[in-house]
Amino acid sequence: MTCALALRKLTKTYNHSLHALKGIDLEVQAGDFFALLGPNGAGKSTAIGIIASLINKSAGQVLIFGHDLDHELNAAKRCIGLVPQEFNFNNFEPVLEIVVNSGGYHGIPYKEACRRAEKYLKQLDLWERRKDIARNLSGGMKRRLMIARALVHEPQLLILDEPTAGVDIEIRRSMWDFLRTINREGRTIILTTHYLEEAENLCRNIAIIDHGEIIENTHMKGLLSKLSMETFVLDLARPLHEELSLPGHTLRRIDDMTLEVDIAKQTGLNQLFIDLTQKGVQVLSLRNKTNRLEQLFMNMVEESRAA
Amino acid sequence: MKHLHANAIALKTIVVKETLRFARIWIQTVLPPMITMSLYFIIFGGLIGSRIGEMEGIRYMDFIVPGLIMMAVITNAYSNVVSSFFSAKFQHHIEEMLVSPIPNSLIIIGFIGGGLLRGLTVGVAVTLVSLLFSPLAVHNLAVTLSVVLLTAILFSLAGLINGVFARTFDDIAIVPTFVLTPLTYLGGVFYSISLLPEFWQHVSLINPILYMVNAFRYGLLGVSDMNLWISYAIIIGFIIALYLFALYLMNKGYGIRK
Ligand SMILES: Nc1ncnc2c1ncn2[C@@H]1O[C@H](COP(=O)(O)OP(=O)(O)OP(=O)(O)O)[C@@H](O)[C@H]1O
Ligand SMILES: [Mg+2]
Repeated sequence: MTCALALRKLTKTYNHSLHALKGIDLEVQAGDFFALLGPNGAGKSTAIGIIASLINKSAGQVLIFGHDLDHELNAAKRCIGLVPQEFNFNNFEPVLEIVVNSGGYHGIPYKEACRRAEKYLKQLDLWERRKDIARNLSGGMKRRLMIARALVHEPQLLILDEPTAGVDIEIRRSMWDFLRTINREGRTIILTTHYLEEAENLCRNIAIIDHGEIIENTHMKGLLSKLSMETFVLDLARPLHEELSLPGHTLRRIDDMTLEVDIAKQTGLNQLFIDLTQKGVQVLSLRNKTNRLEQLFMNMVEESRAA
Repeated sequence: MKHLHANAIALKTIVVKETLRFARIWIQTVLPPMITMSLYFIIFGGLIGSRIGEMEGIRYMDFIVPGLIMMAVITNAYSNVVSSFFSAKFQHHIEEMLVSPIPNSLIIIGFIGGGLLRGLTVGVAVTLVSLLFSPLAVHNLAVTLSVVLLTAILFSLAGLINGVFARTFDDIAIVPTFVLTPLTYLGGVFYSISLLPEFWQHVSLINPILYMVNAFRYGLLGVSDMNLWISYAIIIGFIIALYLFALYLMNKGYGIRK
């Protein structure tokens, strides 16, 4: 398989002293949906800036679909669509013009650029606002504008730096659907996010970066299986007025109607229900508590810092 | 070249965008020089000029027209590019171009195209205003057009370089105030350097604007303090030097790539 992106010993030092990237190696296969995770200041945006040629690297190599940034810069640029973390359009330009002009910079004839701009602005629910100047859009609309702009030259690799920051839940979900469709069409997607739920929902592979180093690079599934314990929330049919203890289970009573339970992955839920039924506790519904990944993430960052 | 067509589209996009930028705000870009120049014509040409009489055998009003047109072209070409480039950098939308496969040379030429068109638009507007005060004479059309074109290109390039170095909005006013305006006033817009004492005549010769104003005046009126070919050589020499410097800065990413 071809590599959509390969980073080799990529290093960035700001002002001769701040080591933002300490020689990272990373490969993303063509067609992948890849998450780059890390706490604030980890170096995600720096890496993306270098890949998109907005930041000069200090050392190392970047290959985009085999094109080395040092030798085939423009060929590499043609493959990339960038949605940066900070808004970087002209606030006083109308939405449609921003997207069409970006097509123009990529050498797409005006009519074709207009056609594509219409397609993507419609898909991203911005067509109605096409004549507004960008400044008059809401924060979430501005993010979607940057996505439409990044797609107008139909790049093979779409890189999004925190695309859903400041976007409400409903729009976020529709953005996820949109990105999945784009990915299914064969475009490789790399995104950074602070929402682990987002990475879990969308991505097949994941790398975790901290202090300029990759501390984990694996399948999403592999990462999740690292969790030995899962936490479930149980909604009860009848109020439970006192603490309940079941030998062999870790239970917490959250309130009269809610219990939380930690279950070892290999154990399964059957025994729990048998024991609960014996105690006369009826469970109405059960859901998975979603912060598992967050916990894991915190653990990994802490472990790597301790090491 | 395989990407010739794509590059042509990219260049056109930049030039159209740059042109729309100043055309949309014509009240701030095209109108003010028309008003300023009207004042110059009325005060210097009309009121004071009538007492001066003739300069180099030409009615004073007619003498200052070429210089004033040139002055408007120079300042407008310069300020168009410096402010457009600086605000693109400041608002980060220069990144739209930087992530695109446009050669740096074309980004430069695109911005120059905008400055050139603004310079020429204002030049034509001021010329129209001048018709109220002075009949339009064109001694040599080819010289007139080529000098105004080359001068607008030269100062667009200078504006671009200023924009690359500028870090604050104040920085884009420094060069126009402390360099451009004095050199223009001392560049023979209002007088023939033959009026100056010999020493100051020699000093004046290091002012490049003097050559442009005189070459342009030659095109319109057929009189000049300077040799025309030396003027061309100086203008073209500056254009080449500034272009190469601008290209070097862009390739290095000075001020735009971290
Ligand atoms: N232009 C710059 N000059 C100096 N230091 C910088 C610059 N840009 C980033 N840094 C530093 O590099 C480090 C990595 O920053 P970067 O923006 O890549 O982090 P990030 O992972 O994107 O963080 P976040 O999640 O907050 O966006 C930080 O310590 C930051 O302060
Ligand atoms: Mg960031």
